Amino acid sequence: MAAAEEMMTGAEMVLRALADQGVKHVFGYPGGAVLPIYDEFFQQDKVKHILVRHEQGATHMAEGYARSTGKCGVALATSGPGATNCVTGLVDALMDSIPMVCITGQVPTHLIGSDAFQECDTVGITLPCTKQNWLVKDVNDLARILHEAFYVATTGRPGPVLVDIPKDVQFATGKYVGPEGIIVKSYQPRTAPDEKAIAAAVALIATTKKPLFYTGGGVINSGDKASKLLREFVALTGIPITSTLMGLGAYPASGSEWLGMLGMHGTYEANMAMHDCDVMINVGARFDDRITGRLDAFAPNSKKIHIDIDPSSINKVVRVDVPVVADVAKALEAMIAVWKQAKHQLDPTALNTWKKQIAQWKSIDCLKYRSNKDVIMPQYAIQRLYELTKDMDTYITTEVGQHQMWAAQFYRFEKPNRWMTSGGLGTMGYGLPAAVGEQAAHPKSLVIDIAGDASVQMTIQEFSTAIQYKLPIKIFILNNQYMGMVRQWQQLLHGNRMSESYSEALPDFVKLAEAYGGVGFRCDKPEDLDGMIKQMIASPHPVLFDCRVANLANCFPMIPSGKAHNEMLLGENVTDEQVGTAIDAKGKLLV
Amino acid sequence: MNTTAPQSAYFIDTKKQEINIHTLAVVAENQPGVLARIIGLFAGRGYNIDSLTVSETEHEKHVSRFTIVTSGTEKVVAQIKAQLERMVLVHSVADLTVQGNFLARELAMVKVCGQGDKRVEALRLADAFRARVVDASTDSFVFELTGKPDKIDQFISLMVPLGLVEVARTGVAAISRGPEGMKG
Ligand SMILES: Cc1ncc(C[n+]2csc(CCOP(=O)(O)OP(=O)(O)O)c2C)c(N)n1
Ligand SMILES: [Mg+2]
Repeated sequence: MAAAEEMMTGAEMVLRALADQGVKHVFGYPGGAVLPIYDEFFQQDKVKHILVRHEQGATHMAEGYARSTGKCGVALATSGPGATNCVTGLVDALMDSIPMVCITGQVPTHLIGSDAFQECDTVGITLPCTKQNWLVKDVNDLARILHEAFYVATTGRPGPVLVDIPKDVQFATGKYVGPEGIIVKSYQPRTAPDEKAIAAAVALIATTKKPLFYTGGGVINSGDKASKLLREFVALTGIPITSTLMGLGAYPASGSEWLGMLGMHGTYEANMAMHDCDVMINVGARFDDRITGRLDAFAPNSKKIHIDIDPSSINKVVRVDVPVVADVAKALEAMIAVWKQAKHQLDPTALNTWKKQIAQWKSIDCLKYRSNKDVIMPQYAIQRLYELTKDMDTYITTEVGQHQMWAAQFYRFEKPNRWMTSGGLGTMGYGLPAAVGEQAAHPKSLVIDIAGDASVQMTIQEFSTAIQYKLPIKIFILNNQYMGMVRQWQQLLHGNRMSESYSEALPDFVKLAEAYGGVGFRCDKPEDLDGMIKQMIASPHPVLFDCRVANLANCFPMIPSGKAHNEMLLGENVTDEQVGTAIDAKGKLLV
Repeated sequence: MNTTAPQSAYFIDTKKQEINIHTLAVVAENQPGVLARIIGLFAGRGYNIDSLTVSETEHEKHVSRFTIVTSGTEKVVAQIKAQLERMVLVHSVADLTVQGNFLARELAMVKVCGQGDKRVEALRLADAFRARVVDASTDSFVFELTGKPDKIDQFISLMVPLGLVEVARTGVAAISRGPEGMKG
């Protein structure tokens, strides 16, 4: 074993710490303030560096990598513009609780504060964008801080952290310490549940007549075990389950109790069940406004249990009756044990009545859409993509917009960590680089970004990264020639005046793919779709698939802003007039 | 268990809920950036800071103590406390107002300029408030005064007609009564 303390330069420490943390991939971009670190990359082969095309891409790749593996993602950027380009990805990771370590170079310590070339106050700028950040002024602190950074990013409620390293610190020689025994005294997140809270939660569930599980990204973040326990608890109790956008896959879409996603574009049955339930069991979700809709009409007759690892999530927007501050897996494990020990069983007649009611809601078939022989309906495209890829080892990412919601509605997830989307921040341009990160982690798997024609152009340059590293991602663009979601809201809120939401001057995506050295497909006929999707899957290269879909389709069902769960707009029969008047003056103020 | 009906995040009518002043004690690592993070939290989430004091309290342990006086509804203050507690460099947070029974003191230095009767009256009042004269010239005094914030307010308002020139106040430092110390 290596000695606990070794002398080396700061730049060497960075590589050594990454290797000691088990990091296999770093997504980065060089520049003056990180050249010593790049020199170290050159001289080792434990950690693979993936050269991105824009630092925002590096952060989303790190996110995709983290989400699909459950490990920490790592991004590296130079000072100044390199660091500022990371901001979007940091906030994205903060909002969706994704573990990420971002390392930035900084001007030498003696120049800090002098407005030096490519200097910016990275720690100041990223203060509200990170769970914690550090400016390292002494090389002897560097190794410890790097290990602390990984510890903080991956424990408790995960999130992004940033370590800013001045160039002179990278050159200086100091003592390296390993990751063993790193603790942050002031930071000891609680993960074990309080027994009394568990007992109260189980007792409440045992009395319910109309229970519902409402699960979120916390289940995924907690790890595979949490998903297994969730499935076990659902099977044990027979309680129906819905999930947020971030939680899809924790419970299988084929499972007997699955109601589909809830929220603004969730299913009718999930939202109606939320509205009418008498006990709501929130497992790792955070009552986001996309979920609750109008809060004073949110599940008005329910008692609420809330399992969350972050105490500040409890009672932040919705008052709950039984808070359980804990890691999801630990809380579920404890609840299952108490449930079994007490030999609880729900009142079968009541549960049956509840499920009959749910079946009735289900029977309206809220995802039904008008099919079309001549034009590819976007929903149909996702359905076909799902059918043709469901038996493969598939990972799905998305951009942001209608296509994202259709993907969530029509692609069915059976496992956790297979679905990566920007939920909290809603970052257009997330999906393509996230796919690159995932493909780097899972080189043999099928990684598909379900994209929009506008979003994909935000980070299209990372297609070049995919080409360079032979990462055969598939970018499946639902090309409706609009910023569809913007256009839909303009129809809902602004008299259908489509101000600046038309995707003017779209590139020829097939030629674009070829220009980068990849493969392009274009499909505009429903009858050609299956064949071309199969070709896309079979291609060993990165693919841009331009799927021309109906331009003016709207994403339904929808809870208009400011409305309650039982005031949904359903798709099939809604008239343009209803769409135009669905949101009242108060609702118009909301986003 | 809580039975109050949930409020709408969209149309929250905070006016209906009572706004109270709370004094929070925060123990945190004395590291660069902690103060910025705490202030950033208040600014970024729209919370009020009525007063903030900070100083290192245990040098060897690198620990600082913040006393923050804030105002908000019960729910908002509970959220502020939770947000402070989750900060990586924060050891512990106590809502002294909720715990009840605490001491809050502030120091002020008050410069008063005047002659004749006014000067005599200022000195007399200073004595009544147990303010010390820490600087004097033929036509001015600087008084030093400690006490509860409202005592200081009162003293300052009395000095206005007597030639008040300038005031410097430290903001509140607070601690609970009794044998119990803060954890962390
Ligand atoms: C970086 C960023 N800028 C702006 C927005 C606002 N926005 C949300 S959806 C959307 C349109 C997306 O268009 P497209 O990618 O074509 O998807 P579609 O809705 O048509 O499926 C816009 C502009 C955003 N979410 N992210
Ligand atoms: Mg579009």
